[in-house]
Amino acid sequence: MGFLKVSSPHAHGPMSTARVMRLVLLATIPGLFSLTWFFGFGTLVNVLWASITALAFEALALKLRKRPIAFYLNDYSALVTAFLLGIALPPGSPFWLIMIGTGFAILICKQLYGGMGYNPFNPAMAAYVMLLISFPVQMTTWLAPQGSFAGDLLGPIDALRYCFGFGRESIDAITMATPLDVLKQNNSLLIEDLWQESAQLGHFAGIGWEWANIGFLLGGLYLLYRRVFTWHAPISMLASLTLLSVLFYDGGSSASGGSPLFHLLSGGTMLGAFFIVTDPVTSAVSNRGRLIYGALIGILVYIIRVWGNYPDAVAFSVLLMNFAAPFIDHYTQPRTYGHKLKDQQGGKS
Amino acid sequence: MRKIWDIHGGIHPAENKHQSLLKPIENAGIPAQLILPLAQHIGAPASPIVNVGERVLKGQMIAEAKGFVSAPVHAPTSGTIAAIESRVIPHPSGMSANCIVIDTDGKDEWIDHHGVEDYSALSKLDLVDRIRQAGIAGMGGAGFPAAVKLSTRDDKPIETLILNGTECEPYITADDILMRERAAEIIAGAEILRHIIKPNKETLIGVEDNKPEGIAALKKAAEGTGIEIVVFPTKYPSGGEKQLIQILTGKEVPSGGLPSDVGIVCQNIGTATAIYRAIQFGEPLISRITTVTGEACGQAQNYEVLLGTPVQYLLDKSGFDKENCIRLIMGGPMMGYTLQDTAVPVVKTSNCILAPTVAELPPPPPAQACIRCGMCAEACPVSLLPQQMYWFSRAQEHEKLENHQLFDCIECGACSYVCPSNITLVQYYRASKAEIRQAQQDKIKAERSKERFEARTARLEQEEAEKEAKRAARMAAAKAKAAAAANAPEASKADIIQAALERSKAKKAEPADPAQAAIARAQAKRDGGAEEESPQEKTERLQKLLASAEKRLVAAKEKLALAQEQQSDNADAFATAVSKTEEKLSAIQKELSEHQASQAPAKTEPAGESTDPAQAAIARALAKRAGAGADESAEDKTTRLQNVVATTEKRLAAAQQKLALAQEQNDANVGAFATGVEKTQAKLDAVKKELADHQATLGENAAAEQATSDDPVQAAIERAKAAREAQANMSEADKIKQTLESLENRIAKSKEKLEAARAAGDDKAEILADSLAKLEDKLATAQQQLSQT
Ligand code: SF4
Ligand code: SF4
Repeated sequence: MGFLKVSSPHAHGPMSTARVMRLVLLATIPGLFSLTWFFGFGTLVNVLWASITALAFEALALKLRKRPIAFYLNDYSALVTAFLLGIALPPGSPFWLIMIGTGFAILICKQLYGGMGYNPFNPAMAAYVMLLISFPVQMTTWLAPQGSFAGDLLGPIDALRYCFGFGRESIDAITMATPLDVLKQNNSLLIEDLWQESAQLGHFAGIGWEWANIGFLLGGLYLLYRRVFTWHAPISMLASLTLLSVLFYDGGSSASGGSPLFHLLSGGTMLGAFFIVTDPVTSAVSNRGRLIYGALIGILVYIIRVWGNYPDAVAFSVLLMNFAAPFIDHYTQPRTYGHKLKDQQGGKS
Repeated sequence: MRKIWDIHGGIHPAENKHQSLLKPIENAGIPAQLILPLAQHIGAPASPIVNVGERVLKGQMIAEAKGFVSAPVHAPTSGTIAAIESRVIPHPSGMSANCIVIDTDGKDEWIDHHGVEDYSALSKLDLVDRIRQAGIAGMGGAGFPAAVKLSTRDDKPIETLILNGTECEPYITADDILMRERAAEIIAGAEILRHIIKPNKETLIGVEDNKPEGIAALKKAAEGTGIEIVVFPTKYPSGGEKQLIQILTGKEVPSGGLPSDVGIVCQNIGTATAIYRAIQFGEPLISRITTVTGEACGQAQNYEVLLGTPVQYLLDKSGFDKENCIRLIMGGPMMGYTLQDTAVPVVKTSNCILAPTVAELPPPPPAQACIRCGMCAEACPVSLLPQQMYWFSRAQEHEKLENHQLFDCIECGACSYVCPSNITLVQYYRASKAEIRQAQQDKIKAERSKERFEARTARLEQEEAEKEAKRAARMAAAKAKAAAAANAPEASKADIIQAALERSKAKKAEPADPAQAAIARAQAKRDGGAEEESPQEKTERLQKLLASAEKRLVAAKEKLALAQEQQSDNADAFATAVSKTEEKLSAIQKELSEHQASQAPAKTEPAGESTDPAQAAIARALAKRAGAGADESAEDKTTRLQNVVATTEKRLAAAQQKLALAQEQNDANVGAFATGVEKTQAKLDAVKKELADHQATLGENAAAEQATSDDPVQAAIERAKAAREAQANMSEADKIKQTLESLENRIAKSKEKLEAARAAGDDKAEILADSLAKLEDKLATAQQQLSQT
């Protein structure tokens, strides 16, 4: 005879974890392209080097943990972490900085907790925060955006050279404060005047920054369309961020927190909303839970940006909410068919 | 347009339905052999009413329903009963169970059968009974006996009757083609159901929108009947009973409840046609429509299949390509189970046989880590959190699993289907459910055995104390005897003591075999006079024991009856106690009768041979006492039985009163009370019978006594023999038979309860199953005992 004995269901949907990860990688392309367009090849080199080191660390960890290496590398999760970290780091970051970041993300934040699915914190964000605290100088050195691969923008060769430590001095010549820094340090000018004064602020949120955010937004919409994640967390994060920035816009005074569009399109907003907050492993699980999770991240981002000490806040907010995710889950268990919510809550604790 | 509600989650797997819809329903014909499992439905298996070698006609009942939640089985065609034996049945575990095997004769000769002229003239009870007798069980999948679902209670009025034509599983088209070809029968069945249920609001037929032809046919057939065809978007698993109810009415069946709790009765459309044929033509359920499909079948199509047809027969008909097929599924790809053996038969619930090629449904890839993507929660139609349940299941956190409503999972497989990490989630849930049920059972068992242990310890202590007291008394008696012997220097007394000593030596060397023991004792007796621990004493002791055991039994039985009446949870414990007591009682009775038997022949010889007048006197006295003992016990028994009759009658009266009261007040417990009354009545009858039997035996005894009364010793022997016989008859055969009967009754009852509980998805089901198994064990032992006597 020899028929298989397996339990139902016998059919399986088209989605696989590797495919989810590949789609996520694919969706970073528009954002990566904008970053490269305006800031040169520094980000691409970041991503490349981060990928190589992340895969190496992952393989090492799997070998030490005696797991099948090929099987786990095939889930692409290490690559996703590498991409996100590479994108978040300043373009043209030194190789050691990147390596420390990926090592921390893969070895400590992921494998030490038991590998994919078991990590309570988003590895890319945890590594970013660790680097920001340990190496504040390197982490806040941003190149000035140029556009159209023009002029003294970092070419691929230069970017590689900088990355590996040759002629780093010259890089300082083309760095400048990010728009978020600019706004933060402003305490005398009206918003309107500030924008006129500082050319790099662009239309809304800084040349380059606007476009990078729009790129990530596009990628995110694509992922939504492919049903890689649900809309709940990203949309509620953007909504709460918008709401707060409207409330505290203050008519554009010198104490203003900045316009809603400025907040939506600057810094890591869109990258965070669609690529970090949606990280399934570390977010809340139910839809209701994700609404709360996203909204709280949006609020934290605004608070830290405007009243905190760090100019960008996505990483901090996400990490803080990673802590809170299990609690959110606990209180947002959906109502099961045929149950009253009351009974369910009662029986749960 | 009526409002359609949406269910949470759901998925859209590839439908693959068109393949089997290209051809009309074809009659699959008569295979050489039909295998009919006795359990094709949820509930107690039917019990065969035919013998091997008997010729049966098409439509003849060959196994009858056993209890309320059960369904009879009929012969699908004419032929000869080839065997009633264990065969592999369609079941996920690939297990075997009792089946009736029919060698068909190809004549397809119908038994005389009649339909009903005008069903609307018949009462609901009558119609439901006809449906029950036709063996109709839900044909959509679960196989719940249709008659049980239709036995709605008046205190729970039904608002909506729903016919389920959803058929949401991919591949299966049995209902679809039924709608296309036999819409009129479905509607006719629906009208009968409506007449039975009398829904006070509406009768609906729910169909997914992927069956436009079927919908058109149904709509046409339903014109002017007031039966509404409700079409809603295709989504798996809309066809689940609870899901369909939600879609059509927006109501949710409470967890652990039944559709009737929210005023709904739901039947499959296939069941409706079967009901129509049963009422209109008097045809029992002997065939069904089964889809045979999958790419490994040359021709996918729907067959009208006789129940019992082996799967292999259908595959052969469909050009099955074994080489290309690595899994064979009974049911659909989402909830069906794999078959290992193509000899399994099509049963009442077999809606599909799916033989996919390897490429079509490839073997599952290895599972990866859960990435907590939440897609499973998105897909779950019951709004569970499959991912959390998965973690808890892995960690064996049973309490958390239950708090996450594991037992509300309908095992639809939607979560496994969407899981990108290929985790076999449903398998984890099934395993955990089984573990939790097991744990619950173990807990109950442990508690029970603790109780038992404590009771035993107490009893042993008491026995020990009694023994101690007796020993002391005996010591005193022996001392007195010795003193008397010393005081009276007569040879005979010295002889007696000597003999007693010798006998006690002989007793020590006594072999285990009672016959041998009797001989040894007889020899010892010939050698000397009376025994030191005389047989009378033993008789008395045994009789005392017997009386007290009987008393205990009566008390235990009363307690049990009370517990059963009150539906108490302890009923099972009491039942165990009763059967334990019964066992003990019969053991004592056996011992007593053996003892008396061994005593009787022993006395024959001294009576014939003894020249010593003293010995003769002793023997006579002995005989008299033995006879008196037997008489006494018989009298005791009479009074006892009379007492039992009196108390049972009292209880019956009380139960009847309660029942009447309950009926007046429309109490929900009426059913329970009615069962209580029935039970009490049955017991009363049994006791009365016992009493009558006993008195008859007594009469015989008296007659025997009179016939032989001229010789007292002979008479004593006769009496002892009679008593032994009576007791042997009573205690061994009759008693065991009675026990058997009562056990069988109890088994049937608890099976019903079990099925009801299972059907209701009640957690208690497993507990009930456990006690059922115990009862069955007991029954087996009793049967063994009976065959030994
Ligand atoms: S669908 Fe699978 S991987 Fe995603 S959360 Fe559920 S169990 Fe985990
Ligand atoms: S199998 Fe259970 S947990 Fe999974 S989707 Fe169906 S009902 Fe939900």
